[in-house]
Amino acid sequence: MTQSEMKHCWLQARESGDYSAVIAAIPYARTIGMQMHVDAGEPRFVLPFAQSNIGNVLLPALHGGVIGGFLETAAILTLLTATETAGIPKVVDFSIDYLRSGRPVDLYARCEIVRQGKRVANVLMSAWQEDPQKPVASARAHFLLS
Amino acid sequence: MSVRNAVFFEQLQRWFMTLPHCQVLGLEYVEADAGSVVLRLPYSEAIVGNPETGVVHGGAVTTLIDTASGTCIYTLFDAPESVATLDLRIDYLRPASVGEAILCRAECYRLTSQIAFTRAIAYQGEREIAHGVGTFMRTQVGAA
Repeated sequence: MTQSEMKHCWLQARESGDYSAVIAAIPYARTIGMQMHVDAGEPRFVLPFAQSNIGNVLLPALHGGVIGGFLETAAILTLLTATETAGIPKVVDFSIDYLRSGRPVDLYARCEIVRQGKRVANVLMSAWQEDPQKPVASARAHFLLS
Repeated sequence: MSVRNAVFFEQLQRWFMTLPHCQVLGLEYVEADAGSVVLRLPYSEAIVGNPETGVVHGGAVTTLIDTASGTCIYTLFDAPESVATLDLRIDYLRPASVGEAILCRAECYRLTSQIAFTRAIAYQGEREIAHGVGTFMRTQVGAA
């Protein structure tokens, strides 16, 4: 997929409010099965429970890497929503705190762009299950904007 | 040097690689020593993060580093125990080459009665792709 195709896909999603084609265009996002919608201008993310995202079969619990990848993708899509470019931001560093084990139910996420400059952006991410006040993980990252 | 309990570790790493999400990514065990382990993440279209370039998603690298870091702690154990990631920080040094597997060498450089401290390097040949630092909480099996 070229950058102009990606941009077209993104603009269509923005107009229609249906972001499924954007997710489908990012193979990793499709593999973990995440979804995106925009609620009053705020991007919201859901990772419906899937057996293939389990990393601990004894508890059972979602794989920590999946929670990290979900949050990282959520941050990238939040940045794409906030900027005019369609180039995918490059992650510079990513730091995640695991606060609770991810139970085998749906996982939600939201992101906050703390600071966005011309070249770099700082984003905070939070993931939760039933209660937004009881996060499963929180993360922060820097991205290079392209 | 070798792992603390070779029979136990052999069974354990095999079990780790069968975990559903490790299977999805196709994670493979390469080798282990006392306190360290090497895992391999094969390249596949399913884990691409940037459809323009074909570069693997950071999330897949996070899973590789998290799994290698968690697994390396078991080279120091004699018997089953559970470890949970408390935090993980990853610096992405350069984009991974498209079409090539990524290896990760993780080591547990300090193990206390409750906490394990790890560091990891994800690489392709001489190219270092990412550097990860983690802390893990030890928990007796069944107590979690």
